[in-house]
Amino acid sequence: MSEDRLHAAVAAGVLGSEERFRELLRSVVEVARAIFAAKASSVLLLDEEANELVFEAVVGEGEKDLLGKRFPAGTGVAGWVLATRSPLVLEDVARDPRFAKDVADDTGYVPQGLMAVPLLHDERALGVLEVLDRQARFTLQEMELLGLFASQAAIALDLLQRAREAQAALAGEGSLAVVARLAAALEQLGEDARPAAIRLLESLEALLAAG
Amino acid sequence: MSELPAWSLPAGAIERIALESPWPAEVTREWAWDGTTGKGVRVCILDSGVERDHPLVGRVDSAVVVSAGADGEPVAANDAEGDVCGHGTACAGIVRSLAPDCEIHSVRVLGPGYTGSGKILLAGLRYAIEQGFDVVNMSLSTTKKDYAAVLHDLADSAYFQRTVLVASAHNMPVESYPWRFSSVISVGSHEEEDPLTFFYNPNPPVEFFARGVNIEVAWLGGETLRCSGNSFATPHVAGICALVRSKHPELTPFQLKSVLHLTASNVGGPR
Repeated sequence: MSEDRLHAAVAAGVLGSEERFRELLRSVVEVARAIFAAKASSVLLLDEEANELVFEAVVGEGEKDLLGKRFPAGTGVAGWVLATRSPLVLEDVARDPRFAKDVADDTGYVPQGLMAVPLLHDERALGVLEVLDRQARFTLQEMELLGLFASQAAIALDLLQRAREAQAALAGEGSLAVVARLAAALEQLGEDARPAAIRLLESLEALLAAG
Repeated sequence: MSELPAWSLPAGAIERIALESPWPAEVTREWAWDGTTGKGVRVCILDSGVERDHPLVGRVDSAVVVSAGADGEPVAANDAEGDVCGHGTACAGIVRSLAPDCEIHSVRVLGPGYTGSGKILLAGLRYAIEQGFDVVNMSLSTTKKDYAAVLHDLADSAYFQRTVLVASAHNMPVESYPWRFSSVISVGSHEEEDPLTFFYNPNPPVEFFARGVNIEVAWLGGETLRCSGNSFATPHVAGICALVRSKHPELTPFQLKSVLHLTASNVGGPR
């Protein structure tokens, strides 16, 4: 594991962060929904191993039914947006027979309009941000706004993914888990005991460096 | 003796590159494509597939799917699936609306099991170039820097063998390819309603803007939807390229791009 990941893992052990990043993601979709006066908005995360898209954050219509739902990542509108790294805006999407059936089966709510934008972080496509049934007629300005939101959502999604990887590492048995547990324990120590604990750890560090 | 590549031009060889088709004093839309329907031009839609028998698309002359073979390497095979998203059908319909008699060939690079794989995109593009299509519509891009160099080489090969690549520009602040390469024709969106209105951008990398907002397009199940995005602006330019290539098959991609410049709505064309 890279030093970067190690730092992330230790930091996550200290902060217990998944919940916070999830809140951040939810706040991004809430703002997206408000800005576009839309009926719903959601973030889908790509699960690379399963090659599926998962609803990570949902606000508005379908909120209860969709969270955690998965579907194959290589097809459909979201699949296209993810694979081609390109945003897409569709109106009258309910006319697409396959789309209408799939979403109706899941939620009973079939949107008319849909904006979907890829969540890109560095070179990776992490997922897709969707805004459903917004009020106003679509303009290119909205597309720019959506792009800005996507950048924010991508950062939140990246943090969430890192936190999860870190949690998985912490739950494991390796040396990393021990280091993270130590970091967490150190953080919880009272002010009085901490300097002594740090001295002890520094001695250990010197010992390991000498060995 | 087979002809050697012309790396230089010796004194006696000037005759050899004499050109037969003099350009008019003014390159107009009338000269560029009036009276043609795209007949004889082979347009490739590199996308999610194209639905068969869609009323707005009509005949699909060939369809292949590029996917990961048994050894993980990409392979091209006949495609009976049609379109796995609707997007490729939309692009094909736009090209058809502008160039009604062109050939449409589908190369599918999307499907279950290969999400966002730059490798498949590369293989699809390589296949399209090997087929020698006249125009390739690429309403897609990759953000993988590892693939940029290979894509660049492919785009240049296409350019020199007279395959015109028309690629969607990204409308988000990210580095993606191949639209940034100068050997392709890159397209962004404008909000006008006329399908033949397109603008030359004096501040590249995006070189042209075409209709990309609220367009009625072909979609799955013989349906139509209204769509927006650079990926729908791109086939407008691809369709116009098909018209010009049909009337002036001798033009190289470089010359074709010049024709687009001269006939753009903010240069010599009507608004």
